[in-house]
Amino acid sequence: MPTLNDVLIMLPELYVVTATCFLFMLDAFMKPAQRPLLHWLAIGVLLVAIFMVVAGQPEGTVTAFGGMFVRDQVAEIIKVFALATTAMVFVYGRPYLIDRGLRGGEFYTLMLFAVVGIMLVVSAGNLLTLYLGLELLALSSYALVALNRDQKLPAEAAIKFFVLSALASGMLLYGMSMVYGASGMGGEATLGLAQLNQVLGYTTAPKLLQFGMIFMIVGVAFELGIAPFHMWLPDVYHGAPSPVTTFISAGSKLAAFGLAYRLLATGMGDLGEQWRLILAVLATASLVIGNLVAIVQTNFKRMMAYSTISHMGYLLLGLSAGNPEGYAAAMFYAICYALMAVAAFGVMLALSRAGFECEEISDFKGLNQKAPWMAFLMLLAMFSLAGVPPLFGFWAKVMVLEAAIHGGMLWLAIVGIVTAFIGLYYYLYVIKVMYFDQPEEGGAVAAKPDRSLRVVLSANALSLLVLGVWWGPLLGWCKRAFGA
Amino acid sequence: MTVVQNLPLICFYAFAAVMLLSALAVITLKNTVHAVLALVLTFFSAACMWLLAEAEFLALALIVVYVGAVMVLFLFVVMMLDIDVEKLREGFVKFLPVGLIVAVVMLVEMLGVIGVHAMQLRTGSVDPAAAVGMSNTEWLGFALYTRYLLPFEIAALILTVGVIAAVALTLRERRDARYENASRQVKADPRKRLRMVKMPPAHGDESTAQEEPHA
Repeated sequence: MPTLNDVLIMLPELYVVTATCFLFMLDAFMKPAQRPLLHWLAIGVLLVAIFMVVAGQPEGTVTAFGGMFVRDQVAEIIKVFALATTAMVFVYGRPYLIDRGLRGGEFYTLMLFAVVGIMLVVSAGNLLTLYLGLELLALSSYALVALNRDQKLPAEAAIKFFVLSALASGMLLYGMSMVYGASGMGGEATLGLAQLNQVLGYTTAPKLLQFGMIFMIVGVAFELGIAPFHMWLPDVYHGAPSPVTTFISAGSKLAAFGLAYRLLATGMGDLGEQWRLILAVLATASLVIGNLVAIVQTNFKRMMAYSTISHMGYLLLGLSAGNPEGYAAAMFYAICYALMAVAAFGVMLALSRAGFECEEISDFKGLNQKAPWMAFLMLLAMFSLAGVPPLFGFWAKVMVLEAAIHGGMLWLAIVGIVTAFIGLYYYLYVIKVMYFDQPEEGGAVAAKPDRSLRVVLSANALSLLVLGVWWGPLLGWCKRAFGA
Repeated sequence: MTVVQNLPLICFYAFAAVMLLSALAVITLKNTVHAVLALVLTFFSAACMWLLAEAEFLALALIVVYVGAVMVLFLFVVMMLDIDVEKLREGFVKFLPVGLIVAVVMLVEMLGVIGVHAMQLRTGSVDPAAAVGMSNTEWLGFALYTRYLLPFEIAALILTVGVIAAVALTLRERRDARYENASRQVKADPRKRLRMVKMPPAHGDESTAQEEPHA
């Protein structure tokens, strides 16, 4: 029977849901002149939620609703960064949305519901809540991708996203049903992730369990955008409105890490030896395909999509180590990637204006002469994505490579290092275009004079430098969460 | 005797076979209306299987909600759409052999690996409704609002997002739309509608008067 204690444990989630519904109603009854207020209120909701997550942090792990909701350090860290990067998306996306007339309440409402989805996925203690949280996130994302409905590209991207995502979701569900079936053979059928961890010990159908696990890995790989389940990513990145692309590359990837961790490490820990190898193979495919195909892209958003595919490969490097050190490294990587991606897209959003998307790499030609500060911030983001020391991205790569080697996957680490050098090319190409090419007619000009955007974006990009020098506390936090 | 004992199992296989065949028909039939009807049969077979599992409420809900409401709506939409069926199925025959081979290989692999034997094993779980002496419907309601309260509420959130998304994607403020404003109609003032103009009588010839009869 649910009690008040259960409600108190998931107070941040309940707060965000209530506040979102409130904002939604407010939007409906607001005068048009007061609409800009909605933007600040939405950011306020996220900031208060961050405070509630941090302030209400329990000692150790607590569960609510009979183990369906888990509140532990892992969930808390992912939630903090998912909420923070979403707030950044709001700040960076405002001028873009105003220019395109998309600044309705529905953008904020759907984004906040997507955030609730992320919070539920990373806190799930049960296959049911995991799946439902994922669906909440996915459904909000489809609508957000299609938000700019009068144009063809977003509509096409949204349809592709919807169909492929539905297929992947079906795979995940199929796998879950097999695992549930296997848990019921020879024991009590269960959906709880912690209980599923013991199924291999007693089940009379271990093969069914493994089959289910493989189907679930397909679902997870799709959410992360791992090759060969990556086909949706470039089209969705390209077609979606840029603020939504930013959100998908930051918040959704944090959620996908949470999904992978909960499903594989918590739920299928007994089968670790098997999924570790599968993840290693998937990681290799992602690293190679992502880095090689990114080289030939001329569109910045598509290039970033392939870059995401390769980065998710690095994230799997950490997960495939299959020990707390590896999980900590993978989470460190996920956080690092979210901050880098938000910074890179933030510069792009700052340079876009009405009728001009600033999404071709050639649009950045000679940016240093027109907007030197923006060019510098982009330089930081690109160097960090490439993994150049002393930036944050370098340390994240070092941690996952170290975890892979400690996990006995030296070959995988070597693949990771080789592909990192291949990846250098396309990140450095963007920098070359910004600093050494002559500006062209029709390219990006000065950035938006939006002060909040400039301040937050500068802080975001500079944090990559600061965390590159002073990464210890964050890594320590990640390691403590997993008890490594 | 054995037939009577195995009746549920026989029924299960019969319904499962009908369900699989009708599901196959959904994606192979050329006529879209027939495909929708095949889908109705699929749902119906699924409902029968749930009845066998003693989940009466779910079975009836499936028929009432899906077959009765959703599929009928679906049928309306399909009938209203003007789909070029031939064009739609063009690639289908071409890829059918490949798809069939993949499906058969997967099925054989799964049966080979998991084994038919494992599939026939009875589960160790007992019917929770029977264990507490409740009817299936009663237990379902009880479980939904206690043990499964959180997933239930999340599902409600998903539906809310569905509504918001549908409205956000389809609601258009059309500036050229004509609509009636009742309060403006009531407030209408005849003096503003009709203007009496006093004009001097026309002195021109007949042809000018005919050209501009309203002047």
